[in-house]
Amino acid sequence: MSTTTTDLQNEIDAIEGSHISHNDHHHGPEKGLMRWVKTTNHKDIGTLYIWFAFTMLLIGGAMAMVIRAELFQPGLQLVEPQFFNQMTTLHGLIMVFGAIMPAFVGLANWQIPLMIGAKDMALPRMNNWSFWILPFAGAMLLSTMFMQGGGPAFGWTFYAPLSTTFAPASTDYFIFAIHMLGFSSIMGAINVIATIMNMRAPDMKLMDMPLFVWTWFITAFLLIAAMPVLAGAVTMMLTDRNFGTSFFDAAGGGDPVLFQHIFWFFGHPEVYIMILPAFGIVSQIIPTFARKPLFGYSSMVYATASIALLSFVVWGHHMFLAGMPIGGQLYFMYATILISVPTGVKVFNWVTTMWRGSMSFETPMLWAVAFVILFTIGGFSGLMLGIAPADIQYQDTYFVVAHFHYVLVTGALFSIIAAVFYWLPKWCGRMYNEKLAKIHFWWAIISVNVLFFPQHFLGLAGMPRRIPDYSLQFADFNMISSIGGFAFGASFILLTYIIVDCIRNGEPVKDARVWESAKGLEWTVPTPAPYHTFDKPPSKELILAESSHIHVEGVH
Amino acid sequence: MLGNRFLLHPKKVSFFFKSLSFLPLFFISQNAFAEFGLNLPKGVTSISRDIYGLHMLIFWVCVGIAILVFGVMTWSMIFHRKSRGAVASNFHESTAVELVWTLAPLAVLIAIAFPATKVLIDLENTERADMTVKITGYQWKWEYEYMNEGVSFFSNLDKASRDATGDAEARANHANYLLDVDNRLVLPTGKRIRFLMTSNDVIHSWWVRELGVKQDANPGFINDSWAKIDVPGVYRGQCTELCGKDHGFMPIVVEAKSEADYQKWLENKKVEQKAAAAAGDREWTKDELMVQGQKVYSSTCASCHGVTGQGVPGAFPAITGSPFASGDIKAHIGIVMNGKAGTAMQAFGKQLSDSDLAAVITFERNALNNHTGDLVQPATIKSAR
Amino acid sequence: MQSRLDYFVPEGSYWPILGSVGMAAMLGGFASSLHGNTAGTVSMILGFGIIIFMVFGWIGQVINESETGTYNLQVDKSFRIGMGWFIFSEVMFFAAFFGALFYARTLSVPWLGGDGNNLYTGEVLWPEFKSVWPLIQMPDSTNFTVPKGIIEAWHIPALNTLTLLTSGATLTYAHWSLMNKNRIGLIGGLIATIILGVIFLGLQVAEYMEAYQHLDLKLTSGIYGSTFFMLTGFHGLHVTLGTIMLIVILMRAIRGHFREDRHFGFEAVAWYWHFVDVVWLGLFIVVYWL
Ligand code: HEA
Ligand code: HEA
Ligand code: HEC
Ligand code: CUA
Ligand SMILES: [Cu+2]
Repeated sequence: MSTTTTDLQNEIDAIEGSHISHNDHHHGPEKGLMRWVKTTNHKDIGTLYIWFAFTMLLIGGAMAMVIRAELFQPGLQLVEPQFFNQMTTLHGLIMVFGAIMPAFVGLANWQIPLMIGAKDMALPRMNNWSFWILPFAGAMLLSTMFMQGGGPAFGWTFYAPLSTTFAPASTDYFIFAIHMLGFSSIMGAINVIATIMNMRAPDMKLMDMPLFVWTWFITAFLLIAAMPVLAGAVTMMLTDRNFGTSFFDAAGGGDPVLFQHIFWFFGHPEVYIMILPAFGIVSQIIPTFARKPLFGYSSMVYATASIALLSFVVWGHHMFLAGMPIGGQLYFMYATILISVPTGVKVFNWVTTMWRGSMSFETPMLWAVAFVILFTIGGFSGLMLGIAPADIQYQDTYFVVAHFHYVLVTGALFSIIAAVFYWLPKWCGRMYNEKLAKIHFWWAIISVNVLFFPQHFLGLAGMPRRIPDYSLQFADFNMISSIGGFAFGASFILLTYIIVDCIRNGEPVKDARVWESAKGLEWTVPTPAPYHTFDKPPSKELILAESSHIHVEGVH
Repeated sequence: MLGNRFLLHPKKVSFFFKSLSFLPLFFISQNAFAEFGLNLPKGVTSISRDIYGLHMLIFWVCVGIAILVFGVMTWSMIFHRKSRGAVASNFHESTAVELVWTLAPLAVLIAIAFPATKVLIDLENTERADMTVKITGYQWKWEYEYMNEGVSFFSNLDKASRDATGDAEARANHANYLLDVDNRLVLPTGKRIRFLMTSNDVIHSWWVRELGVKQDANPGFINDSWAKIDVPGVYRGQCTELCGKDHGFMPIVVEAKSEADYQKWLENKKVEQKAAAAAGDREWTKDELMVQGQKVYSSTCASCHGVTGQGVPGAFPAITGSPFASGDIKAHIGIVMNGKAGTAMQAFGKQLSDSDLAAVITFERNALNNHTGDLVQPATIKSAR
Repeated sequence: MQSRLDYFVPEGSYWPILGSVGMAAMLGGFASSLHGNTAGTVSMILGFGIIIFMVFGWIGQVINESETGTYNLQVDKSFRIGMGWFIFSEVMFFAAFFGALFYARTLSVPWLGGDGNNLYTGEVLWPEFKSVWPLIQMPDSTNFTVPKGIIEAWHIPALNTLTLLTSGATLTYAHWSLMNKNRIGLIGGLIATIILGVIFLGLQVAEYMEAYQHLDLKLTSGIYGSTFFMLTGFHGLHVTLGTIMLIVILMRAIRGHFREDRHFGFEAVAWYWHFVDVVWLGLFIVVYWL
């Protein structure tokens, strides 16, 4: 290493000071509401995305509370079966398309330019549009609940013909809401790709990129390949419903199972869209708090890419009972369980990163560790589901519900919470209340397991999913699960308080490097991150010094 | 009212802690486990037992790997923490190690794939059946047809369960709340039975855990599956594919009998069906029609059109004041018998006997706040067929 | 190369929010018009108008910025990447419909006829049905239109293939001319391409009329009609869009826009056109010919 520590320190100091000297040729943010409507700034847009996602999380979570309340006891207590189905459907859709995906796009918006030393996203106006479609699409989706005949009640997987011939009138609004959500995602993904390919600091090679950037890069390709297929599926639904086509109608030579193929060709990559950025986040956080470089950086990249590629060829594991020929079932079984191998590589790499580190457990680390453990448990149940003959007993039971909440809630959602605690001080220049945050963590981690672990038992004991009422033998575990659910739901009230309190009254943070051993270009810009950053790209030396995976002697 | 439901009964709370204490059991005894309804049952067919074996195999493999991975993690979290003065080392790559933990899981997976493949091939082989039952899903009931026997019937959720959805006491007194039906599927033991699954409307899925059979019933297509039941008994299951409003209310009950008992049952059923058909040959009184009509209406029609005929706005039309039920009789008979293609309204002409149809139509025209005074006789239905 | 410092980050803009409002009005209106709501139709048209206004306003601003030298090469590259991957997403959209066609031909229709593991499907449910492709006699045609015939590949479709392939060539000629500073060639090439595009569309309309009026081949003609019209229809829609974009490019060329070494707008449209071309070849082969 030719550069000395002092050179680098000087550069960091210069970057930190730069926002002052640059102020004259930048306008700061506009004032008032129009700032947010018109903005082309990646940080503003990131903020919009994250608040939108948070709002949707509360709405989707409130629906989950309705589900858990109805399932608290056997019998039909609070809601009609049809309304229950609407809750299940909208809960799934809103969590997937409204909460998890936008939250990750928000994090991408905030972090990717900061992490690759770029001025902004590559296509800023389009970036604004990607966001501003979402509130309209979300509103259209939610408005279906108030229409004659009620909202969509056919599950988030909207299998035909329940979603075509037998669906309420509001389904056409649902279809267009999906079109809009998809359009927004595709534009967002194109922006991420263009940013990463074209806006990296000139001296940053692909293999110098932080893993969060890498995982998002790969996710963006998944989005671009998968979302248009979903658009195709809902378009066929639209014409089957309104224009007399027969894609999903055997009488005209179509097949309801065709819908499932198209849906899951999208749907399976979709679930990896919701987990790959999470892998990235965890790969940033663990080295920071283990004070040790990430183990196996390049294998992490290759594993992510393998998972992404494999995700396009395993969709049939959702359809083992749909009547697939045996050859198809065998193939999809083998391909599915193969995904455990690259995923395992990631898990082992994280564990090895912790091994012989010097660990401390600030809140982001707690969430990251919880992610590794609980996601792995979800992965194990996934592997069990992947065994085609065994899936006969699992499919469409609460065992599946338990599986995907372990990977989605304690996987995707936990990683998002970890990311927010990790980067929030950088964003707003204030520290959250560590004590409260730890209390919240333990509260959430216990309740979420009380919520979802018993669902494994329920599934094995024979309780199907998507039912509003059940026989008495399932009563006890359902009650436990509901109690866990209410406790977990209430933990979000505390989380909201912690975050608002941090933004408003948190202890100001002065250090650019909020966490002492964090690596990455985002920690070289001042805290809070100024409105415009990296007008001048970082130097090669700085990039190398800040890369989280190659440890450079002497820097921090 | 509402608050009451959320109040915790002390018994429930104690159960909560009791069941937590069962968690460690998970790792000790599988049998104890099954008794508390925590695990799959072994079941009563070779397939269900094979699946159970596979299930336990993968489960223990996962537990093994979990102990390894979480063990190492816990170790480092305890011993390699800064507060204990741990100093971070600096290694960050090792091709050898990474190769090992790529290949070892691969080997484990291949080892699992062999038995899984074997079981799959076995259960997909539906040739050589001793008898065939065709199962058709409807919103929200099952039809069972014994192929080549001329016996077929519908199986609905039992009335006692339906009445108990809003009544905790009735639920407590019902041994099989939501898992009981009016007509059971009766099957012989020791015979290889082929099931043909299809559907009349949306996708349903027929699942009986103890038989190890679950298969989607797709409209317009037939999927098949098989079972050879070893032990006589009553086995219960449910529809497992979201099929609309009453998806949670279409249970399955299989009663497995010895071959001789099964044959007896089959003969009885045949006689019964003949008698039902004959009932359509005579003139019915209004009272008879109304009583029978009420029965048919509440078991067959009420799930959509409502117990009082009010329907569900935007989804299912009301019968009360309906232009069909209070207008032209022919049109009314027509829609009930032929249904309306492309809607949830099924063609009940194929499902109900002449007398049941006559009864339910008479009922709709003279109850549920309709007062046409018309009578429809089975003979009218017969001639309309 | 210009300095990276000059990467153009636009000021806040009203265009995106306008686009969102237009999109919501148009699609929401469409959904409501499907249920016989006239207000829905009005909203749909209004929303469409807003979108058109937005597209022209937004693109107009981009053209303006481009012509006034606001964009450096790096911005140009972002546009290229964006357009390239946008086209890829379109490919995937078409892939869904091609997939449906493939599935129907090789799986679902044979299964309905009792093939593979669907012996009983054919025997028990559809004993009358014979599986053939193109599917004329459906398993149950009560709700569908039975066509009297299908479109012959070697009539209009072959002609259309020729038309589109030629248009690809004329467009490449235009591009060439642009790079060789031959303005006349550029404009001529573009005009020729547009004319060919319009001819293609005209022939397509004629083919549809033939299908609807003489052959009873309709969108409602079972899976054959569904896949046929959805695939060719979406393709036709893309040709229409492409033609409109070519017209815009032509106007710009006439006004003297585009430099021989930098003309992203031109290239983007050319890529799009070639993409539409390639999709047609796929269509011709699997929809009409095989
Ligand atoms: C973030 C989302 C996410 C993720 C990451 C996964 C990951 C996986 N999923 Fe899951 N899945 C869903 C979301 C997700 N899933 C959802 C939402 C559904 C339900 C959809 C619906 O019907 O509504 C679903 C349903 C689902 C099914 C269908 C079940 C059914 O309906 O019958 C199957 C079947 O194969 C499956 C399998 C898997 C597998 C094999 C993985 C693998 O990727 C897991 C790999 C990870 C591990 C295995 C753990 C770590 C590995 C090691 C420590 C290495 C060593 C391990 C071994 C060799 C065993 N999933
Ligand atoms: C993508 C992410 C995601 C997330 C984060 C969640 C979060 C939760 N999910 Fe869900 N879920 C899905 C995705 C997700 N889910 C999907 C895809 C399905 C399948 C749908 C289908 O079958 O079609 C599903 C289905 C599903 C079911 C099965 C329904 C059925 O089959 O009928 C259940 C049942 O328990 C459930 C519960 C929960 C609970 C309790 C939470 C909790 O984690 C939620 C916690 C959050 C909050 C509670 C909100 C915050 C708090 C407030 C608003 C304050 C008010 C608080 C109180 C009133 C206590 N979910
Ligand atoms: C699974 C749902 C379902 C069941 C069960 C059902 N119906 Fe219907 N029924 C419908 C639907 C949906 C319509 C509306 C069809 C349409 O769109 O015209 C309808 C329409 C009708 C109508 C015409 C009402 C009107 O005003 O348009 C009559 C009469 C009727 N059903 C009678 C019956 C009878 C008698 C039974 C039982 C033997 C029955 N239905 C069972 C769903 C059902
Ligand atoms: Cu039938 Cu669910
Ligand atoms: Cu999957």
